[in-house]
Amino acid sequence: MNSSMLLSVVTFVYAFVSVLYIGSWTFKKEIMAKVGLYVLIAGFVGNTLGIILRWIESYQMGYGHAPFSNMYESLVFFSWTVAALYIFVEFKYRERIIGVFATPLIFLAIAYASLSPSIGDRITPLIPALKSNWLIAHVITCFLGYAGFAVAFGFSIMYLIKPTDHKNGGLTARLPSLALIDELTHQMVMFGFLFLSIGIITGAVWANSAWGTYWSWDPKETWSLITWLIYATLLHLRMMRGWDGKQIAWVSIVGFMAVLFTYFGVNLLPGLHSYA
Amino acid sequence: MKHSSNQGCVSDFVVDRTGSEYGPPVAVYIKKHGYLRILVGFKGKSGMTSRKKKFGSNNGVWKFFTSVKLTVFVLLILAATSIIGTLIPQNASQGFYLQKYGEVFFSLFKGLNIIDMYHSWWFLTLLGLLAVNIIVCSIDRLQTTWKIIFPDKVSFNLERFNRMPAALRFDCEKEADVLEKACHKLLETSVGPVSVKKNDGGTALFAEQRRWTRLGVYVVHLSILFMLAGAVIGSMLGFKGFVNITEGETTDFIEARKGEHKHIPLGFSVRCNDFSVSFYDTGQPEEFKSSLTVIEGGKEVLTRDIVVNDPLRYRGISFYQSSYGTASAKNVRLKYTSKDSGMVYEKTLSFKEPLILPESGGTLILDRFANGYQFRGHNLGEGFVGRIVPEKGSETEIFISVRFPTFDKMRQGKFAFEVDGFDKKYYTGLQVNKDPGVWYVYFGFILMIAGCWITFFMSHQSSCIYITGGDGRQSRIMVSGFAHRNPQGMKLKIEKLAEKIKDI
Ligand code: HEM
Repeated sequence: MNSSMLLSVVTFVYAFVSVLYIGSWTFKKEIMAKVGLYVLIAGFVGNTLGIILRWIESYQMGYGHAPFSNMYESLVFFSWTVAALYIFVEFKYRERIIGVFATPLIFLAIAYASLSPSIGDRITPLIPALKSNWLIAHVITCFLGYAGFAVAFGFSIMYLIKPTDHKNGGLTARLPSLALIDELTHQMVMFGFLFLSIGIITGAVWANSAWGTYWSWDPKETWSLITWLIYATLLHLRMMRGWDGKQIAWVSIVGFMAVLFTYFGVNLLPGLHSYA
Repeated sequence: MKHSSNQGCVSDFVVDRTGSEYGPPVAVYIKKHGYLRILVGFKGKSGMTSRKKKFGSNNGVWKFFTSVKLTVFVLLILAATSIIGTLIPQNASQGFYLQKYGEVFFSLFKGLNIIDMYHSWWFLTLLGLLAVNIIVCSIDRLQTTWKIIFPDKVSFNLERFNRMPAALRFDCEKEADVLEKACHKLLETSVGPVSVKKNDGGTALFAEQRRWTRLGVYVVHLSILFMLAGAVIGSMLGFKGFVNITEGETTDFIEARKGEHKHIPLGFSVRCNDFSVSFYDTGQPEEFKSSLTVIEGGKEVLTRDIVVNDPLRYRGISFYQSSYGTASAKNVRLKYTSKDSGMVYEKTLSFKEPLILPESGGTLILDRFANGYQFRGHNLGEGFVGRIVPEKGSETEIFISVRFPTFDKMRQGKFAFEVDGFDKKYYTGLQVNKDPGVWYVYFGFILMIAGCWITFFMSHQSSCIYITGGDGRQSRIMVSGFAHRNPQGMKLKIEKLAEKIKDI
């Protein structure tokens, strides 16, 4: 079994997880979310093994580099970070249903990696510019940041679809309390902001050691800065202008759109970063 | 009040007077959905009873710069305008813009400096505005919060702990003084030094920790100032340039990247001893490597190999491996065929070394290596330019192409020359930068990470255990506390503390 096959299996496991969480919510069966968590952990273990296996394979092929070097590998790692963060949040806050909008993101990222015909899963050697330990630090921290924002995005969607009056007992009323969703969104944004900051910083230090400039305004750098500015705005709106709830949920959604553009959209623009 | 429109179900206000019982109120806690939300640093018309007038407090310009509205505005404008530069390629040639966007847009771009927008006056002004905003805002706020962060004497208000919604109350089957001793120890180990207050009802034990974390936000803001300062220092005192050095050659100046052909002297010399490139079996380049020697005052000071991601630094100037090319050749193996006899000869040659041709064909001299030889409007690629000096008559220039071995045959000369092989002599392309501001920027990076960590994940927490002696073995206990942020974490902490007390 090679890493690509293992990761394809993981894709299906994550699909099952999403089904369980959404099912738990729609059919009002808590047991499904309970099972969902264990399946998610199983998928996460598989995901971890897949990444490690791929690392080993790259050594066997004589290239020997960490599996963070192309779109396929970065998407697989994105799923991994979102899964890790979500599992952490569920254990910390002991609230089951909150996975409804976060777990599909885990599935979508790895599914896109495995199934999109334009994304190859071959292991390729590293070009000289990518040969740096900063690459590993940079990719891991950026993706932890993205994961924080992704989970915050899931929570924001949940906040917006939940009605404020609790009288109608529809589907959406079964979601956790608005106050908790709001609090969790904020926690995730802070987590994401810290790691995006570290990600941009490690990227800058790396660029300085490779090209001699820590900042060159290439489109990827600029878009990560735009994302960072949007979330800095969010923090100030919340801390200083008293924004919360719906308003913050919307800003968090706009921020995540910027994350997505930084991740995917920038490839349409000319620049240094060949992937992720 | 600013946030009145967003209050939701405000049910309780608590004015924080931590630190100085009679000081100005500095925070408003808003209870919403059963959670405590804190709007830190509340100040303004209501409640601001500072005894000393604050610096700049009635200056309009000053007020303008203390506004967080301005911050939000500047951050968003910076984000929005930054997009432009990612859509319109920066610092390309004039021809590129004319062709892609036409005359009208080109003059518009030029007028608004969009061609190099991140260095345009208006973008730099926005960054300047941000810096002033941060400085003024921090000074303004520190005037009110400094006393809270570093009070002369820390004092506690039992009533305030009593009002916290997170407070827990329970009974305990122990005598009050036994409990008091145990709780004292518990607070001391889990929080910090304990101060004790007795009133007629019972005993209150207070402790606090991490008061200094209130400074975290200022550290974040200071980090931005360091980064901006570093960028300014770098652009004023540093330079960015490049140089191509052929293997075996030495240079003591480089060319500026901006401004055509501006020479920048290095103050010492650099020699390229050797350049090599290796490839993976897929054909992708694996590594570019140059061996460089620094020569100063006629002496070789330092010899080092550099690769991408591992530059040479000397006297504040860094040399980065950035490109390479073929500058020249050595050990050129020539094959030449006589038109008359059909004989094929071979010889290995260096430049300027005369080759006496057989059959009284004269002398061949190779003059130079050509990277892209132009012949009737065609680029013939790499090859060698030489001349044939006949025994009598005038000499002819010839070109021996590497890619097209039969090219010289078309000349219909006495011999047709072709290249059988040669050793490449490379030049290494180096990016050469000096940036004395980089250390300020790096220091800013460290402050940013530390500041965010402190701000997001640590908080100033005060805890209180209040013990009321009941009759004999029954005691009533209240455990309470508050934090300047993350009330949820504080609630958990209180619960944990209560668990431990019950276990006593
Ligand atoms: C790129 C620039 C900036 C960044 C990255 C930044 C970052 C931050 C962060 C991370 C926080 C903490 C938010 C929280 O507690 O969750 C904060 C709070 C704050 N920022 Fe900024 N900030 C920036 C610019 C400014 C400027 C220009 C001002 C000037 C008015 C400002 C004023 C404040 C204030 C007053 C607070 C609240 C402080 C407190 O909690 O006591 N910030 N900022």
